[in-house]
Amino acid sequence: MADATGALLTTSDGRPLKAALAQAQARAKRRAFFLVTPLLLFIVLTFLVPIGYMLKRSFEHDGFSKSAPQLAAWFAANPKGTAPDEAAYAALVADLAQMQIDKTPGQAGTRINYTVPGMISEFKAAARGAKDMTAPFKETMLALDPVWGEPKVWSAMRAASSKYTSDFYRVAADQKRGDDGGWAKGGDKERIYIYLFIKTFVLAGVITLICLLLAFPVAHLLATLPLAKASLLMILVLLPFWTSLLVRTTAWIVLLQQQGVVNSLLVWIGLIGDDGRIVMINNQTGTIIAMSHVLLPFMVLPLYSVMKTIPPSYARAARSLGGTSWTTFRRVYLPQTIPGIAAGSLLVFILAVGYYLTPALVGGADGILISNLIDFHMDKSNWSLAAALAAILLVAILILYWVYDRLIGIDRLKFG
Amino acid sequence: MALPTYASPLERVWYYTFRIICAAIFIFLIAPIIIVIPLSFNAEPYFTFTKEMLSLDPAGYSMRWYDTILTLGHAAPDGPRDGTWWSVAWETSTWIKAAKNSIWVAFWATIMATTLGTLAALGLSRPEMPYRKLITALLISPMIVPIIIIAVGMSFFYAKACVDTGSTFGALLAPFMSAKGCLANTDLGVIMAHATLGIPFVIITVTATLSGFDQSLMRASASLGANPSTTFFKVVMPLILPGVISGALFAFVTSFDEVVAVLFIAGPEQQTIPRQMFNGIREQISPAILAVATLLVIISICLLATVEILRRRSEKLRGVTPQ
Repeated sequence: MADATGALLTTSDGRPLKAALAQAQARAKRRAFFLVTPLLLFIVLTFLVPIGYMLKRSFEHDGFSKSAPQLAAWFAANPKGTAPDEAAYAALVADLAQMQIDKTPGQAGTRINYTVPGMISEFKAAARGAKDMTAPFKETMLALDPVWGEPKVWSAMRAASSKYTSDFYRVAADQKRGDDGGWAKGGDKERIYIYLFIKTFVLAGVITLICLLLAFPVAHLLATLPLAKASLLMILVLLPFWTSLLVRTTAWIVLLQQQGVVNSLLVWIGLIGDDGRIVMINNQTGTIIAMSHVLLPFMVLPLYSVMKTIPPSYARAARSLGGTSWTTFRRVYLPQTIPGIAAGSLLVFILAVGYYLTPALVGGADGILISNLIDFHMDKSNWSLAAALAAILLVAILILYWVYDRLIGIDRLKFG
Repeated sequence: MALPTYASPLERVWYYTFRIICAAIFIFLIAPIIIVIPLSFNAEPYFTFTKEMLSLDPAGYSMRWYDTILTLGHAAPDGPRDGTWWSVAWETSTWIKAAKNSIWVAFWATIMATTLGTLAALGLSRPEMPYRKLITALLISPMIVPIIIIAVGMSFFYAKACVDTGSTFGALLAPFMSAKGCLANTDLGVIMAHATLGIPFVIITVTATLSGFDQSLMRASASLGANPSTTFFKVVMPLILPGVISGALFAFVTSFDEVVAVLFIAGPEQQTIPRQMFNGIREQISPAILAVATLLVIISICLLATVEILRRRSEKLRGVTPQ
């Protein structure tokens, strides 16, 4: 028994210990994974697959491509930049005539309309006359409306002749076809999406800041009071958390209306006249107030759990070393609360950026966020555009989620 | 945080100012929820306190909005309130039907989320679990990803998620699907969506309970001859039960309160309380909404109380004593 293998430790049934351990660990791994598998499959089906469908949808639109086969063939045969010849116009007229029969000029026009505003009516008008048109088609079409000769219309149609497109991301970035057929900035009326994204982030930032300012004193009080009193006051934080979002939003509508409680109170005190009732609802003010209230518990809870771990002796030590109460707060207490501030602020910001319900009910026209615009486009059947906007929002959220995970760790997320 | 004896006058002033600020913030938190309760008894269709209400005149108060909850959609609202009237109300009143739908959907969504979530949390809290961080991040993400994105994705997917009702497999699923054999506009679709939204809460609460769980208890149980299922039901389950129930309550509330997904994927058959409220607020808000809101506030107070009791019990079981 002088060889190396003989020196190996073995289990009682003679297998090398190392192999037996590896096997046991692999089995434990499989068992742990096996417990998670059902949920993983469920989440894939109800969460990942739907989001996949949404992403796919943001890259496809067949409104034009399916009803313009002849034009698609011409585009395939002629490289990008070819000026449309008589054959191209013939294909266009033939497709338009078929659209009229299939009742699809509206759909096709809608697809082009995303990048060249105003084209729906052009398509409808041209399709109505298409079957009576005679050669030369180019002259006939241009006589109908010179817009049919413009490079932007042709480059838009070339892009739309394929079902797959990145056009909707261009539209979501407020671009449209310029006169030369390339991409250009939209007119003032069309530049709404970037503005709304910026506004969403700014409002979310404002709401986060308000939540932080309101949550900090409350969390500090809760963390320093004796436990019995603190748990009692904690109920005041948790009750809104458990109360239906619709109830809270309704409550704010009731409070902030012009004939509502807050205005009546202000009139009664004499701060404002009866004819000077303040408009606090169906605008940005309404969104900010109601969302700050709704998201406040998400700030208080992480702050509280961090502040609870800060030993009061540090502050006392700072005071005994001659620090004023302001210095003690700024140099000793505040730095220790930063993990809580980061956790709460990021969470509130993430939740605020994607908020839908409260702005939909109290935001009116100028208090809406990007989620509400996605809903608007879903409602108007602009599915691909809604999907592209949602995809951009999703990317923003995932970046924030990643930052949250790196800074705080998702396993630190808990309630109460 | 008692005021120390050496505090300067300025600190004394700040001490009381700070308390007043905190009181104001607590009022901000709680007042909107409390204010709907008296307003729901308003005799007039206003959203503010009338003179009669402020002078505590009984004439200023009434139960008319609670009555509206029962009579809205009632086939014969004016008849005498006998057994027949109540049974008709049970079948036809809009709010009662919505409540039944809400409870039905929330019940099954809770069962789904709690079962799958608890199993997964057990796996995730084992030290051997591979890719734990990544999988946890994925399972928590339905809470982080905006509901509108989930709803948009689901509305695309559910329209395509169809079975051929003629096939054997399809015939099996047909009762749960819409007339076209798709998931769109079905109870099952809404239940699955709500379960997805509730799962992060179950994972978080159960994992938190398991973090204080002594894994050696399972080995002890196994070494005493218990098989895995006995170990689970006799040893693990009783210890993590408070966490599981809290998670289930979170999942229930999530579903019971959810409206965005319902608006996107449900048909007219799936009229739930939040959806009815949402439409009510959008169209013409009436104090009847406040009556419903009051009832919901009472429910949430009960739920909060349950969760608090469970949390304390769980801490006691795990030996965590509040200092």
